[in-house]
Amino acid sequence: MSKTFDTSTPSPASTLDAKIHYLFQLADNALIMGQRLCEWTGVAPELEIDLALCNIALDHLGQANAWYEYLVEIYPHPTDVDQLAFCRDEHQYYNITLTELPNGDFAQTIAKMALFSIFNYYLHDALRKCPDARIAAIAARSYKEIQYHRRYTSNWILRLGDGTDTSHERMQRALDIVWDHAFEAFAPSPADRIMHQHGIAPDLEQIKSLWEHEVHQLLHKATLSIPETGFTGYRAKSDGIHTEHMGYLLAEMQYMQRRYPNLQW
Amino acid sequence: MKEWPLWEVFIRSKNGQYHKHVGSVHATDAQMAIEHARDTYTRRNEGVSIWVVPSKYITASDPEDEDMLFEPAKDKVYRHPTFYKLPDDVKNI
Repeated sequence: MSKTFDTSTPSPASTLDAKIHYLFQLADNALIMGQRLCEWTGVAPELEIDLALCNIALDHLGQANAWYEYLVEIYPHPTDVDQLAFCRDEHQYYNITLTELPNGDFAQTIAKMALFSIFNYYLHDALRKCPDARIAAIAARSYKEIQYHRRYTSNWILRLGDGTDTSHERMQRALDIVWDHAFEAFAPSPADRIMHQHGIAPDLEQIKSLWEHEVHQLLHKATLSIPETGFTGYRAKSDGIHTEHMGYLLAEMQYMQRRYPNLQW
Repeated sequence: MKEWPLWEVFIRSKNGQYHKHVGSVHATDAQMAIEHARDTYTRRNEGVSIWVVPSKYITASDPEDEDMLFEPAKDKVYRHPTFYKLPDDVKNI
């Protein structure tokens, strides 16, 4: 397989490298989240949920597309959105591991989406006010979609957590499974640090405390307990070191573009 | 899984218009019904406001009564206000 893209070392030496890495974090989170949600198409518990999950998946793919388009413009050598989205190798993706976890049952998908969208909500709320006009514009547009993702998934956490014995138990188990992975979002990567120094990225400590406050309140209201936090040292965002699930996801997602390079729809 | 209750969905396409019936969704509660209606019926920018009503609260006329209820109106064209002369200055009617 030809290597079409070079990000050999993820230690951002210059501001541009840091910005590129940072935009990949945003783009890859959205892309991988969207790709995973697409797996629900046709098999969701109800027709209406099927549509809702597809809509949310498409929101994420649209957001990813906007970030990749910006990346294409500032990228040091010529490339295009398809190349960036589909032709990198696993260690060149900088999404947090939470987004690549398997969907599991419906509760696990909801747990993953809720923890992610609450983080994403506060992150984009900060980014839409940042001094980089392009980042602010993309974030402002995405923010409205993310508001809905946050509300949709929070409502499901309440229903399932405070529902029947079975739904409560499965919602709790789902949260326990995905919980640790959420914390990768708050551990600053070198790119997070440099972008924060430039006043573009927010302070992740602040985002974390907003996230914790909201998640704790939500789980309390849903009669769920806050899982114990275990290992939080995942390094996909900073170093491209993924869980074992990522390779399978990429194999499926990249198949078409790898098999038929430059294929257009 | 038990069948979820049915809700009738009404969408207002823009401010100043009235809500129109567009279809139905399954949902366990009103909040979910609004969300499902939004995801099902406003994906292509169809609306700015949604009403949902549990279908069980809709009282419908009996199809058997169709002749009695509606047939008599069919030959009473004079009930349409089309026989009046409109002054030229009146627009938008």
